[in-house]
Amino acid sequence: MWTTLAEPFNYGFLRHALVVCTIAGALCGLLGVFVTLRGMSYIGHGLSHAIFGGAAICATIGLNFFVGAGVWGVASGLAVGRVSRRRAISADAAIGVITTASFAFGIALLGLFSRVKQSIEATIFGSVLGVSRSDMLIILVIAVATASVVIYQYRPLLFTTFDPEVAGVSGVNIGRVDALLMLMLTFAILASMKVLGVTLIAAALVIPPTTARLLTNSFNRMLAISTTIGALSGLVGMYLSFHLDVSSGATIVLINFVVFLFAYAATARSRSHTSTPVRAMVL
Amino acid sequence: MKSIHPTAKSHIDSITPLVRVDQISCRFGHGAPVLDDVSLIVRAGTFTGIVGPSGSGKTTLLRVLLGLVEPHQGEIERQPGLRIGYVPQVETINWNFPVTVNETVLMASRTGRKWPWSSSAEKLAVADVLEQLGIGDLAGRHIRELSGGQQQRVFIARALYSSSDLLLMDEPTSGVDVRTRHEMLHLLSDLHHDGLSIVVTTHDLNGLAAHLPQLICLNTTVMGAGAPTDVLTPTILEKTYGAPMEVLEHAGMPLVIEGRHRPAAKWSS
Repeated sequence: MWTTLAEPFNYGFLRHALVVCTIAGALCGLLGVFVTLRGMSYIGHGLSHAIFGGAAICATIGLNFFVGAGVWGVASGLAVGRVSRRRAISADAAIGVITTASFAFGIALLGLFSRVKQSIEATIFGSVLGVSRSDMLIILVIAVATASVVIYQYRPLLFTTFDPEVAGVSGVNIGRVDALLMLMLTFAILASMKVLGVTLIAAALVIPPTTARLLTNSFNRMLAISTTIGALSGLVGMYLSFHLDVSSGATIVLINFVVFLFAYAATARSRSHTSTPVRAMVL
Repeated sequence: MKSIHPTAKSHIDSITPLVRVDQISCRFGHGAPVLDDVSLIVRAGTFTGIVGPSGSGKTTLLRVLLGLVEPHQGEIERQPGLRIGYVPQVETINWNFPVTVNETVLMASRTGRKWPWSSSAEKLAVADVLEQLGIGDLAGRHIRELSGGQQQRVFIARALYSSSDLLLMDEPTSGVDVRTRHEMLHLLSDLHHDGLSIVVTTHDLNGLAAHLPQLICLNTTVMGAGAPTDVLTPTILEKTYGAPMEVLEHAGMPLVIEGRHRPAAKWSS
């Protein structure tokens, strides 16, 4: 029995995948707090779809995924961030147009070049096959950089999330903080996309903070709880993915959902007093 | 009694106006102007109320003073280094946001400290401000769990903690009971006596405006400015509100009575 339980640790790529899924879950849980509290769930969802277009191009022309999709993703992230601040047009509609067009472009490439079909499908639903040591190092670097920025910019990030107008008149550079958040989100999605998948990454961004919000009324505790739930769901979900032979993105999101259900049930009584909606939307 | 607003500002020049608004006009899009040819001077140590009907431009004028709205015409000049604290209308705040009273006050810290956790000096300063405002025992509570008056005090505490020279409050007594309104008026008076300059907008002519040292009657443009006894007159109020009002005097203060409805003939007999 022990042999069966320990089997994932016998394969190098699975050991890497366990690390990557844990970090990806933590990263999404951490940034998801800002995403949900800012009502940006749709942006997180759209951004992963926009990046898919870049990923499809990379797979088609043989360009390194992180270079091609990275450039595409940063451009999309900044464009989406800019569009979302403009009130003259419907931000949701504009984001929908930009990101779904990019996603459709990726699907079209998939149809035209069938040889890349398998890798594109893995990108949509998440796969741990072929997770390399370099993938692990990349997400580790992104996670350390993101955590450092969140710690160093904690107060401006909190202030602009809670009360952007007053933050602005209090000397916080809102544009810079927003751009920083979009960049962190883009890099987190890029690094997590392989194991979580394009379509399920939004859930990894939304469910842990929503669960954490049920459990606390404090912002810093919400950050800690959401990150922890994300990390544990990533680890357990990846482990189950191997044994159940189901895509890693699906098992991680399902574990997240089970934790949410437990938290929801456990806080049912107190929720009427501490009503805690987070503006979340998972498509 | 210990000063509620103990950080009397040495960097502020008490002679130069804190904010000077000169003939500004504001409009949103191509609509009618929200503010038209408005001039106003906010001096150090003053306590001013802006009154007017809904849609008269009170909040817009406050947002102009803050720098959140750029007038399309006219000039606005703020004293260099001026720190403005803003207490928005309670209806505009997301009360479900996961922040405690402590976290709300700390987020406006101007100490330059980068770490998420507060220093011992910050903890002491926040505790001191909360204590002075009578909400010291609520530091760890979520902002939604407080009463209307306590919620206002949290945001006043945030403004005081960030060493504001000028406090702008949008409808501080909106939706609160008589006792809370009374306490708020006393608190603001104490802050004013401690040297804080204050500008508030209000609908509340008798409960708040009549007690303030000076008022501005606004309806797109300034209809009158001065002490309550000078501007709370039937003529200026009718110009401001577009409806007849009577003004009585009670204990040396003006008491505004809204125009009486004349009963229709068929009910009068």
